[in-house]
Amino acid sequence: MSTILRGRTIDGWLFVAPAVVVLGLFLAFPVVMAAWVSVSDWHGHGSPFSSDVGFVGLDNYRAILSGGGLAERDFGTALRNNFYYVLIVVPLQTVLALALAVLVNARALKLRGFFRTAFYFPSVTSAVAITVLWLFLFSTTGPVNRVLGWVGLHGPNWFNDPRGVLHLLLGAVGVDQPPAALVSHGFLGVTWWDWFAGPSVGMSALILLAAFTTSGTFMLLFIAALRSIGDEIDEAGMVDGANAWQRFRHLTLPLLRPTMFTVLTLGLIGTWQVFDQIYTGTQGGPAKTTVTPAYLSFHTAFENQQWGQGAAIAFILFAIIVVMTLAQRAILRGRS
Amino acid sequence: MNHRRTLSLLSLTAVGALALSACGGSGFNDSSSAKSDGQVSVLIGSSGDAETQAVTDAVAAWSKSSGVKAKVTVASDLAQQLSQGFASNNPPDVFYVSTDNLAGYAANGSLYAYGDQLSNKDQFFPNLVDAFTVGDTFYCAPKDFSTLALVINTKLWKQAGLTDADIPTTWDQLDAVAKKLTNGKVVGLTFSPEYARVGAFFPQAGGSMTNEAGTQATVDSPPNLQALEYVQKLLKEGVAKYSSDLGTGWGGEAFGKQLAAMTIEGNWIAGAMTNDYPDVDYTVAELPKGPAGPGTLAFTNCWGVAQDSGDKADAVKLVESLTSEDQQLKFAKAFGVIPSLESAASKYAAEEPQLAPFIKGADYAQNPPSEQGAADVISDFNAQLETLKSSDPKQILSTVQDELQAALDSDQ
Repeated sequence: MSTILRGRTIDGWLFVAPAVVVLGLFLAFPVVMAAWVSVSDWHGHGSPFSSDVGFVGLDNYRAILSGGGLAERDFGTALRNNFYYVLIVVPLQTVLALALAVLVNARALKLRGFFRTAFYFPSVTSAVAITVLWLFLFSTTGPVNRVLGWVGLHGPNWFNDPRGVLHLLLGAVGVDQPPAALVSHGFLGVTWWDWFAGPSVGMSALILLAAFTTSGTFMLLFIAALRSIGDEIDEAGMVDGANAWQRFRHLTLPLLRPTMFTVLTLGLIGTWQVFDQIYTGTQGGPAKTTVTPAYLSFHTAFENQQWGQGAAIAFILFAIIVVMTLAQRAILRGRS
Repeated sequence: MNHRRTLSLLSLTAVGALALSACGGSGFNDSSSAKSDGQVSVLIGSSGDAETQAVTDAVAAWSKSSGVKAKVTVASDLAQQLSQGFASNNPPDVFYVSTDNLAGYAANGSLYAYGDQLSNKDQFFPNLVDAFTVGDTFYCAPKDFSTLALVINTKLWKQAGLTDADIPTTWDQLDAVAKKLTNGKVVGLTFSPEYARVGAFFPQAGGSMTNEAGTQATVDSPPNLQALEYVQKLLKEGVAKYSSDLGTGWGGEAFGKQLAAMTIEGNWIAGAMTNDYPDVDYTVAELPKGPAGPGTLAFTNCWGVAQDSGDKADAVKLVESLTSEDQQLKFAKAFGVIPSLESAASKYAAEEPQLAPFIKGADYAQNPPSEQGAADVISDFNAQLETLKSSDPKQILSTVQDELQAALDSDQ
């Protein structure tokens, strides 16, 4: 390399140095610190790097994944809750966002600007404020249950009802008692019967909340993508005699694939890390059915002083998110 | 090396050094040489304005007489803020510690054990001193305490045709009056779905969560099963309902809204009734005796002092002033807690006869388990109690037994 170029390289480094320092200080260093805590016996007093903190290898991870105790069962429960949350919220918010985007993008629609703003509004409101609103809406005698009452339905005691939705459905068709095989075996300390509980009624309210707050954000992404497609393609479809649905299904959707990937990925990452609503709204209740790994990690570390386990939960969650994102990428790629 | 490159390298080095020193701050090694900052900082978790004001005034008064600066901060999430302070070697000097967190903070060396320095240490209720003793070390001065009692809605009681002679003193009587009081929209008895209420029935049957020494879990004992089956019976008969099933946050709210005629609550309900439901008249009675005699639960906090505090001597002086008889009586009047000094408590009972049942409870109250890891087990117990009506009490107790035993074993 010539001297000139080398000088430039260093100048380049110099220019990015502030950013590197900031990222290192506030991102890389805390990650390394947390990783160390997750394999240490640090108990929250003084610096984790002090000489009296010992290395315990994978003990913290073992306690969570195979301890056979409360820590394992709590983690299994949190994973189950969050799994159902992701399973329902991601498709729901994606479909909703796309539908809203198509609606708002329609040229026939009057007051487009107003609707765009209205749909986007929940996304820019603070999560805490919306959670408080939700607690009010879904209280036992709240507006939601009133409205249900008008049509003769007796609304549940939303945020205090720990029963799983799937269990309730099974109960409705007469399956009240779990088959013995499902109770005697399980995974992560949670029986198979409980894995199949579905989200609790309390969690369902939070699922609706997530769909309400995030679909606006993703609507914006879809609107931008729809704008960039242009009218020629649609017109070409018309010339070929395709009806509106066919044009949407075979022309618009495939062209939206990159955006779809972005939305799904962001959705996955966001829903696996749900914390604010839990912390401000339910604190993990009713009966631990809204505990999520992110909340459990916080609770384990700060409330129970099990800092190593708390950090370990965070890293397991990180691994789950990475694996899921890669899997989803492979699936979307494969369907060309 | 040309001039410009030297310059860039130099600046890079400077930036790097800056970054490292920023990471340092309190350093990567122990800095147990705590320095005094000349001000005693107090962190409290407050039940409301009354408590905040009372503590602020008390600390200000001490500050004035001692000449040491002091500042009171109200935590929004006490456990989290304390944990952060201990981890960063920058904790508040004086703070509330609940029995839940005591063992954890004591084990990791965050707490300064000053209990034996207190001049008035023999005047506290022995039960409370036990609650803040880990091993043989008396860590911190009990701030005050609360017990559970039976709170009765006077008007609904009369409407059901009941008199003072009907105040239940046995389980059967409690069941009977709850039945009488249950009609239409009102349920006879309510309490929140947690060990901190349901657990009051355990000592009444002669049961407990652990043995005296706190080394063995005794959750799945026959007395506890009897107690849990009794509570389940009340729920199944529909004469008792959880406060959450009435759409309320706690027993006091359900009681204040007159959705229930009786509730099992602590003395903090007095403040809530005065502020939120001034029109509801109520009387307080001791909890009914079970097959084994009287029983209730006691809840307490202490004034913790941080090991890393640079003002330990001043902090202990402040605690002594805050736990003095006069000051405790002021707190009791301000926000309805029972003084932790026996002398102050009996004075308070004389002044507030309607709260006497809470104070009587101190003689036979049981402390909830406070060993390290117990808090987590209790929260799991609470989760299971939410569905007590439809589940098997035996199964619940045996699960909790295993969990608690595991927690105690890892403690040894």
